[in-house]
Amino acid sequence: MTTKTFKRHDGRKIDEIREMEAKVGIIPNADGSAMFRFGETIAIAAVYGPRKMHPQHSQDPEKGTLRCDYSMLSFSVNERIKPGPSRRSTEISKITEWALQPVIMLDNFPNMVVDVHINILQANASTRCAGINAAAMALAHAGIPMKDMVSSVSIGKLDKQLVVDVNKHEEDWEEGEGATDIPITMTHEGEITHLQLDGKITKEQLKEVVELAKKATAEIYEVQKKALKESVNQND
Amino acid sequence: MIETPEVTAERIREYLSEGNRFDGRNLEEFRNITIETGVSKNAEGSARVRIGKTDVIVGIKLGVSEPYPDSLDKGNLMVNAELLPLSSPRFENGPPKFPTIELARIIDRGIRESKFIDFEKLCITKGEEVWNVFIDIYSLNDDGNLIDAAGIGAIVALKHARIPKYDKKEKKVLFGELTDENVPLSDNVPIAITIHKIGDNFIVDPTLEEEDISETRVTIGSSDGIISSIQKGNEKSLKTEELYKILDISEKVYKNVYSKIEKYLK
Repeated sequence: MTTKTFKRHDGRKIDEIREMEAKVGIIPNADGSAMFRFGETIAIAAVYGPRKMHPQHSQDPEKGTLRCDYSMLSFSVNERIKPGPSRRSTEISKITEWALQPVIMLDNFPNMVVDVHINILQANASTRCAGINAAAMALAHAGIPMKDMVSSVSIGKLDKQLVVDVNKHEEDWEEGEGATDIPITMTHEGEITHLQLDGKITKEQLKEVVELAKKATAEIYEVQKKALKESVNQND
Repeated sequence: MIETPEVTAERIREYLSEGNRFDGRNLEEFRNITIETGVSKNAEGSARVRIGKTDVIVGIKLGVSEPYPDSLDKGNLMVNAELLPLSSPRFENGPPKFPTIELARIIDRGIRESKFIDFEKLCITKGEEVWNVFIDIYSLNDDGNLIDAAGIGAIVALKHARIPKYDKKEKKVLFGELTDENVPLSDNVPIAITIHKIGDNFIVDPTLEEEDISETRVTIGSSDGIISSIQKGNEKSLKTEELYKILDISEKVYKNVYSKIEKYLK
């Protein structure tokens, strides 16, 4: 299925992630914060908490709650987005929560909430993945107990060709079978905490997708880890 | 939420009465201002302004629509602000509350009333198509004085904005294909300076702690000595001579701030 000669618009190899950049401690007010960039897609995340859950009826006496919200700045895309929550952003907020929950240990924080706010400063596709990467780093930076790290990437299928880390140009692919977008989030252990798909794909191809994602998330993990380590050294 | 405790408030007042501030500034001195432009590529113009630890991002988007019936040959301005929950433990999601609305309206009036934007030049076809200028302000970290930071961000972002190509036949804005044309602006740059009264002292550029204990504030939008907008906020009243003093301070501080940001307005 993979054609060796396939040329990506920006000249990347099929399994090449765009240039990545990660930084923690970017929002001084927050208990933890981080920036994550895939090429021209920039996400920032800030963590507040654990703190008392409001409203009170949302409190869980058994364990702490993780609450994520994702939104794009109005000017982060070509056609201005009306500020405020949309159906899309509401869904992504929830998906992000689910992507992070498996590694977050909030058993010791009954009736508390950890808020994760994610904002997209500049978008060129894969914003939810960049957001999840930033959020995971911000949670670690905030000292929230975690079993593992999570890293997120979107795998694309352009006509029949699989590619890693889809950009906007590729997301809009129309030839052949069109574009299939598959954002995946994995723990460093290789467990999948988030998987979505829009388009069409065969079972065999999906297995290939997961293999590509495993390799890509391992690379992303190194970038996240490096940024977190650097922040610790700074504090010494 | 977490307001500044009274003991800190007392200490701030004590310091101020001796002409001092916690961070060593004098009363009429701004914190360090740093500005970056072109921070969000899909915006027609953008700027990130940091004043001390306060951090805002402002983006300009343009769009085409029918003019309003009362201004058939003029473009429109829309200013929107959001105090992002990411930027402070005090901010929450939900419908905009008063501080958000006020922030947007102060910036809107400062720019509109100063005639900084030449709206007639934003007319494409009279009565049919005009450009709308959207200025969107987001806080990234609130450590006081968001208003002045947002005002600086708005004018710098406007200065750096380019008008995108417009396909008249298809009635479609070709986003991402920018012309060399700037948003038509006048040379008189309106800057909003907010002066706060704490006890008998007047300060500019408060930190969050100072802002918390501010008794009253006056935001003055002016350019080159011409005041184009004023907003008094908070509950305490002002004596006339206090207002005059505020006007004097604002004039001085305007010059100071202008010289700091001048190179970004070229």
